[in-house]
Amino acid sequence: MPTNAPSPTAESVGGAPIAHALTDVTASHATLRRFLHGLPGVDAVGLEARAASLGTRSIKTTAKAYAIDLAISMVDLTTLEGADTPGKVRALGAKAVRPDPTDRTTPSTAAVCVYPDMVPAAKAAVAGSSVKVASVATAFPAGRAPLSVKLADVREAVAAGADEIDMVIDRGAFLAGDYLKVYDEITAVKQACGSEARLKVIFETGELSTYDNIRRASWLGMLAGADFIKTSTGKVAVNATPANTLLMLEAVRDFRAQTGVQVGVKPAGGIRTSKDAVKFLVLVNETAGEDWLDNHWFRFGASSLLNDLLMQRQKLATGRYSGPDYVTVD
Amino acid sequence: MSDRLSVFKTYKLYVGGKFPRSESGRVYEVTDSKGNWLANAPQSSRKDARDAVVAARKAFGAWSGATAYNRGQVLYRVAEMLEGRKAQFVHEVADAEGLSKSKAAEQVEAAIDRWVWYAGWTDKIAQVVGGGNPVAGPYFNLSSPEPTGVVAVLAPQESSFLGLVSVVAPVIATGNTAVVVASEKSPLPALSLAEVLATSDVPGGVVNVLSGRTAEIATPLAAHQDVNAIDLAGADEVLAKELEIAAADNLKRALRPQPVDNWLATPGTDRLTAFLETKTVWHPTGSLGASGSSY
Amino acid sequence: MAPASASASAPASASAFEYAPAPESRAIVDIAPSYGLFIDGDFTEAADGRVFKTVSPSTEEVLSEIAQAGAEDVDRAVKAARKAFEKWSALPGAERAKYLFRIARIIQERSRELAVLETLDNGKPIKETRDADLPLVAAHFFYYAGWADKLDHAGFGANPRPLGVAGQVIPWNFPLLMLAWKIAPALATGNTVVLKPAETTPLSALFFADICRQAGLPKGVVNILPGYGDTGAALVAHPDVNKVAFTGSTAVGKEIARTVAGTRKKLTLELGGKGANIVFDDAPIDQAVEGIVNGIFFNQGQVCCAGSRLLVQESIHDELLDSLKRRLSTLRLGDPLDKNTDIGAINSEEQLARITRLVEQGEAEGAERWSPACEIPSSGYWFAPTLFTNVTQAHTVARDEIFGPVLSVLTFRTPDEAVAKANNTPYGLSAGIWTEKGSRILAVANRLRAGVVWSNTFNKFDPTSPFGGYKESGFGREGGRHGLEAYLDV
Repeated sequence: MPTNAPSPTAESVGGAPIAHALTDVTASHATLRRFLHGLPGVDAVGLEARAASLGTRSIKTTAKAYAIDLAISMVDLTTLEGADTPGKVRALGAKAVRPDPTDRTTPSTAAVCVYPDMVPAAKAAVAGSSVKVASVATAFPAGRAPLSVKLADVREAVAAGADEIDMVIDRGAFLAGDYLKVYDEITAVKQACGSEARLKVIFETGELSTYDNIRRASWLGMLAGADFIKTSTGKVAVNATPANTLLMLEAVRDFRAQTGVQVGVKPAGGIRTSKDAVKFLVLVNETAGEDWLDNHWFRFGASSLLNDLLMQRQKLATGRYSGPDYVTVD
Repeated sequence: MSDRLSVFKTYKLYVGGKFPRSESGRVYEVTDSKGNWLANAPQSSRKDARDAVVAARKAFGAWSGATAYNRGQVLYRVAEMLEGRKAQFVHEVADAEGLSKSKAAEQVEAAIDRWVWYAGWTDKIAQVVGGGNPVAGPYFNLSSPEPTGVVAVLAPQESSFLGLVSVVAPVIATGNTAVVVASEKSPLPALSLAEVLATSDVPGGVVNVLSGRTAEIATPLAAHQDVNAIDLAGADEVLAKELEIAAADNLKRALRPQPVDNWLATPGTDRLTAFLETKTVWHPTGSLGASGSSY
Repeated sequence: MAPASASASAPASASAFEYAPAPESRAIVDIAPSYGLFIDGDFTEAADGRVFKTVSPSTEEVLSEIAQAGAEDVDRAVKAARKAFEKWSALPGAERAKYLFRIARIIQERSRELAVLETLDNGKPIKETRDADLPLVAAHFFYYAGWADKLDHAGFGANPRPLGVAGQVIPWNFPLLMLAWKIAPALATGNTVVLKPAETTPLSALFFADICRQAGLPKGVVNILPGYGDTGAALVAHPDVNKVAFTGSTAVGKEIARTVAGTRKKLTLELGGKGANIVFDDAPIDQAVEGIVNGIFFNQGQVCCAGSRLLVQESIHDELLDSLKRRLSTLRLGDPLDKNTDIGAINSEEQLARITRLVEQGEAEGAERWSPACEIPSSGYWFAPTLFTNVTQAHTVARDEIFGPVLSVLTFRTPDEAVAKANNTPYGLSAGIWTEKGSRILAVANRLRAGVVWSNTFNKFDPTSPFGGYKESGFGREGGRHGLEAYLDV
């Protein structure tokens, strides 16, 4: 594949590594479309069967303890409500830093995830810890705003100290086949993130509807410089599923194989139990591999999941089943 | 006119759409039921049998790949052609089986009607014996009958024409090709039928007709590795067992001889299904969004 | 490769996600030190007192001592079955149905016990016995139970009659499932049964005898005769057997066909295969890789319909092989009772020797052998998942049924060539097609000479679906409405 043709991705954007091997793909609407539609198809039944079969792995004792701590460390503890207040965000931040006040060996979560106007409160709440602040942006969750507004949204959040930006793609443009528009928007947002903030690109897989679309969106996002590809906003009926996450794990695996660039994956929404989280970690382990078993490369977008992980952690430590009164409600 | 010296017919084999003599150069005497000489028939050798199998195999792809509608049309065409040559067959059957003209006519008419019966089956059998299966999972699957391949047919020894048609028509109706061993004692109607087939749009090689000693021809056919099935109708008990043992070498489908009281009775589908394979093809259906999964 | 994480929580020693052992409890199954033959509703010793041992192939531990049926026992069992036939075949279909429904339910109730038992005796992973064998066993009895009082509507004419006593010989690869495939349709149609399980896997059939007892099945309707090939031969040759059903090797199938020649015994044979799994360049690659793995490593490849020949379009050969090798590296071989085990033990020392011999021959003939790094347990019979590349139609490993976890990879350039290679075998049991193009699936499926064609999937089974081969893979179909024919006088 020729790599000397100048193209928008040939230059470093926001300090991110560039997919040299695929630079010509995004040269035009036609080449991009041809590339995305040339990706191997996905057989839905086979994909779901594989995800289900990995779901039958039995993770016990030491493996379970490892998985639970790893999962806790991968949580993007999230509050995305109209009723969010600085107080609520403060409490969330405290919980992210020290998820189990009774057990200091419990790892911190990866990040807290909030709306842009809550970034200052979140920054303050996690100050001095390893916990990152992620902010949704680009007119989350619908994404239906002019590009200028979306970019302003991003810049404000970054200026307020957001370490990570969770953007939504323009599903309308994607479904209309205007891939270049989606691509250009992602690259623009990536630029707005600068070199400080990592970019997570949310596809809203439930709206893309088909697995073929999810594979195309994954590649589109990665070509445009996404640091993470993320399933969903948590605001629609179908969010992260083992199957769509498996598919995205295949995409990041294949993308690295072709370009040398590693991209993270974040399933979000609908993962509520430790059992579910462990199943997702098995997917990571057996699809993308151990290089992704790290919160730099894999996250859970979740809120209630953390407490279930904590209760399971307590159970492993004490041998008794814990209860909701023994974990904090924040 | 009556003292005119008639022209005898040289009866020949029918192989690959052509009418060769036996490569062995042998003939044997065919007599009527009273022992009067009727003709000399070719006495096929194992090499003739081999050539017939090659011809049948060559014809199999196109014949089995033809549409069922097309095969039905061809079989019906055989009936049309026979209807026009009824007198000849009545004469030959009467001679061969020692029947009165009217009894022989009954046999021939039933044979013509049998072609029509099987012509109608070609595009229905798949619906009767195949179909979709309600599997417990997100899969569509369909079972369809397919022809077994090359079938060696030992025609019944007694019913030289109706019996012959009754065993050959079902074999080819479904897309098999046939190597037919005519009744040893009364091969002439079978050899004449070949002439009808040759002019009835039946592609060469779909039906190949051999005359001669049944045991001599059937033995190499039963052992032939490129024959998929054998109808033992014309074998006696001892020969049938020997042939069935030989047929096991490549696991031919063997249809054992069954007593037939009356070839006139309307047949069932047994002879159609005896030389059919069932192929089941699966494909995932995918799931719809309702269960929360994409497709 | 991954940069240091911001909050490295993983313990340094566990850079990889090591799954701790997760063994299924063996306590659920109680194996007696010895078992008799099951004849006429009772367990009895063999007439000549012979016994043999059945071992667990994953540990070589002796599980039990089994009575070994001889010709005299065969005669006794056939007589019992003949006696039982009179009443059993005269029962209203609805009553026979209820017995079969009972059996199906009891199998469901005892499925975990039977899964563990099967895994112990056969060596296959508990994941498979639990999720594939046992659910299919119960489903098969349920399916045929429903036919028992509906035979008039099955397309074989009014009031189709049973044949009589069915002599059935089954293999060791799916012991209880093959029993179900044989016994369920036989009983539903009103036949009685003498069944010989394989000598290396007799236990689940003997447990099934106990299920017949629990179900209140009249004595003599089902008789179980453990033994070796000579027991099977005596059963097949018994003059009072009306129906012979065999699943096993093509060589034995041919021997049986010769034995029943010239008799009135109805015969169905499910024999060997050398299934082609055809992957086109527009295939859904990730699912194709799963299908290839499932096709040849399910049950350690000891499956007659295994996709043991991978035919891959040359243009994607390297890419597909890379994916396949990466995937094989994640297969977990080991204790079959561990719920995370993907590859269990080979069923017997004899089978292991056969696989080893054929693989050595493949290497000697110049095919390139590859296996993932894989620790082989110190006791028991094991064989690592194995790929052969640079294989042509002329190689032994592309022609002979290996019946083990060994995949031969061949290439093709065009659909015509794929079909020609796929069909270029005396077998004709199964085939796979992987392409996103619908018309290609239909065109290729049409031309494949195989009884089961899986497109964009592989190794799927269902009691409603006929299963069986073309050519030397045998004749007759098991499963579905088609499966009734083998047991009816039609």
